Amino acid sequence: MSKVKRNQIIAYSLLSLAAALTVTILLAIVFYIMSRGLAMINLAFLLEEPRRMGAEGGIYPAILGTVYLVGVTLLLATPIGVGTAIYLNEYIREGLFKKVIRFTTEALAGIPSIVFGLFGFIFFVILLRDITGGWSIISGSLTGVMMILPVVIRASEEALRNVPNPLREGSLALGTTRWYTIKKIVLPLAFPGILTSLILSIGRVVGETAAFLLTLGGSLLIPRTLFDGSRTLSLHLYMVAMETGNMDMAFGTGAVLIILIIIINFLAGALFKRLIKRFS
Amino acid sequence: MQQTLKKKAANLEERIVKIILIIMALASVFSIGLIGFFLFKEGLPFVWNYGITNFLFGTTWNPTNQIYGIFPMIIGTVLVTILAIVIGAPIGIAVAVFLAEVAPARLTRIIKPMVDLLAGIPSVVYGLFGIVVIRSMIRSLAHGPLGEYLPGTYQTGYSVLAGGIILAIMILPTIITISADAIRAVPKEYKEAALGLGSTDWQSVYSVVVPAAKSGIITSIILGTGRALGETMAIIMVAGNTVQIPEFGWQGIFAPVRTLTGNVALEMGYAGPEHRQALFATGIVLFIFIMILNSITLALVKKEH
Amino acid sequence: MTEQTNKSIKIEVNQLDFFYDQKQALNKISLEIPEQEVFALIGPSGCGKSTFLRTLNRLNDLIHKTSLKGKIKIDGDDIYHSSIDVVQLRKSVGMVFQKPNPFPFSIYDNVAYGPRANGIKKREQLNAIVEKCLRQAALWDEVKDRLDDSGTSLSGGQQQRLCIARVMAVEPDIILMDEPTSALDPLATLKVEELIHELKQNYTIVIVTHNMEQAARVSDKTAFFLDGVVVEVGETDQIFTNPKMKETEDYITGKFG
Repeated sequence: MSKVKRNQIIAYSLLSLAAALTVTILLAIVFYIMSRGLAMINLAFLLEEPRRMGAEGGIYPAILGTVYLVGVTLLLATPIGVGTAIYLNEYIREGLFKKVIRFTTEALAGIPSIVFGLFGFIFFVILLRDITGGWSIISGSLTGVMMILPVVIRASEEALRNVPNPLREGSLALGTTRWYTIKKIVLPLAFPGILTSLILSIGRVVGETAAFLLTLGGSLLIPRTLFDGSRTLSLHLYMVAMETGNMDMAFGTGAVLIILIIIINFLAGALFKRLIKRFS
Repeated sequence: MQQTLKKKAANLEERIVKIILIIMALASVFSIGLIGFFLFKEGLPFVWNYGITNFLFGTTWNPTNQIYGIFPMIIGTVLVTILAIVIGAPIGIAVAVFLAEVAPARLTRIIKPMVDLLAGIPSVVYGLFGIVVIRSMIRSLAHGPLGEYLPGTYQTGYSVLAGGIILAIMILPTIITISADAIRAVPKEYKEAALGLGSTDWQSVYSVVVPAAKSGIITSIILGTGRALGETMAIIMVAGNTVQIPEFGWQGIFAPVRTLTGNVALEMGYAGPEHRQALFATGIVLFIFIMILNSITLALVKKEH
Repeated sequence: MTEQTNKSIKIEVNQLDFFYDQKQALNKISLEIPEQEVFALIGPSGCGKSTFLRTLNRLNDLIHKTSLKGKIKIDGDDIYHSSIDVVQLRKSVGMVFQKPNPFPFSIYDNVAYGPRANGIKKREQLNAIVEKCLRQAALWDEVKDRLDDSGTSLSGGQQQRLCIARVMAVEPDIILMDEPTSALDPLATLKVEELIHELKQNYTIVIVTHNMEQAARVSDKTAFFLDGVVVEVGETDQIFTNPKMKETEDYITGKFG
């Protein structure tokens, strides 16, 4: 066998090995967390309140906190993000304004979550505490909106760009206004793409911890209003693991989180496939 | 002509919509402005009063005695980040080349969702896995065979090494996805030309395709660096959080360290006024690190076009 | 040719220049397009005829970095004047595109799209419009039993007639057609040409075409474009049987293009 041939075999073996390693790491993490966490999950674990700082009992308040936080964050971020994308893609042409917004979106995407947390803490929790209630779901959500805005904007823009231009021209040529064309033609066609971006943002909010550590307050009580402090599942996992040392409870929460993320990724993937079919 | 072409008041809706959209588009500009403003407003006066060199290069962090030197945290951050890149970048790029050039489409379709899942797993779950599995493995090494070479505080398993490994895993998806996209974007003709000249498949990938995707691959590494630099929760859970500069030499990677992000997350909850300002100043340092990385990426992307 | 004198001028173009960024696409175009006739624009690809067509409903406004000099008047109104509402203009000047572009919803909704945008909501009224326009577009008999099917499920020729019906539902006076049959087979082309013949009783039609037989078959007047300039304009018969300019003759006899 020639030397070049042998080099190729060695090189491709190494590349395959790297891929195999990556897959193994993923499977190891998922299976390990599941094997220790799934046994914890039952109806009581999901629906009971925690006892002894979460060392015993269930994770119900954290589930509620996660749902509220995700709900409020998306409710606020969706119109702003999609609106920005519409403005960038449908209303203005390349120019300074567009560049500025592009740049800030990129910059916002790069900021570490703990810095969002710092800002959320000083602005929403301290400065606006009369409005937000201090550490609260509202403070966390407003911070979360800033974090997921770049994701929503970028993905929505992509979805809008995929709408064929002849349909826009066809509608405008019939003497409809720009907004009517967007409402009736562009947005409905871009909808699956926008939805995919929203589902992925849910994943980001569910997985985020540092920013919410400083803005949600970590209360273990069931939140009664959006102005109450709360904790998400991720935050709960962290606090239980670091403060109570009861790893089984942490693994139970971890297993719930992984199941959630798998569902989210599956949904986004399925939507994305439909999207590709539609435009091909 | 039946209809007049003159402007009608009916366009009010159009105008209102446009104004609303502009306001929404300004939200992200506004956000970053607010973040920057408050970060600097809270942190900058402190840096001024305390002295920038004392703050950046002071080696003692003792808020109870009003001593705020973050040099150990800078070193800690730099060490875990470099280790993460050293481990994560070669593996990530290898996987990217594998997915884009070597693997059959069927295999790519199986591996791609797994990489996406890796990106979606919450950092606290990585942290949990890190504490229970990776730290334990390092501990049995540091406490066992290497025990006689290491000081007692270096034998817990909470260490630069544990942090670096966890971060390396966490930045894999970023590096794989962006590098693979860059490699796929290289025109097929390049490779065909190389093959036409009698190169083997690997030679054409190695000497033509990968160099052509260079700037995308570098971008992926920089973005991965940003992710590692900014990661907080997983690193708090495995790095040990001791404020110290590790020993010089191989033993250093077994030392527990604290990162800039960890410093903020751990102490913000109970910090008094001056202490809090010091933490905001820590945030500024982090912010500047990230902005430098962003500018490098931006410059690279510009060069590309 | 004799009736030409009593027809009034619908569109009057005067010294029109058009630029994409620095590149000049139209050069000092002056044309008069009479009412209720079919006016054909012919010429090799890239000669500016489609660009010219799109200046008439200001669709070029959508393209980045374009600019325009000169005047276009429709019924005496300067359509690039700041007091002009582009939306109103486009209601009066309908357009049929080169590639059929039905919206991805039902046949019915495609035709009802324009009327709905204009605030017509009553079902009976919409039904009447849809039927009338589909009949005018000679499509009614083929689709009357499946108005709820998607517009994109039709054949290419049917799609193009659907797009024509969609335009008529807005009740324009002018219909612009940008190579409306270039994507169609000969049979579908024939149907659309017959339709154009019918339509000129009620509309002023400006049609861009690559196909010289088509221009000869459907149009009353023809303008020959070359490199952004109108080389010759006149009665279609005269252009095709007795062109005055050498370039026109070369083009219609197939020497280039």
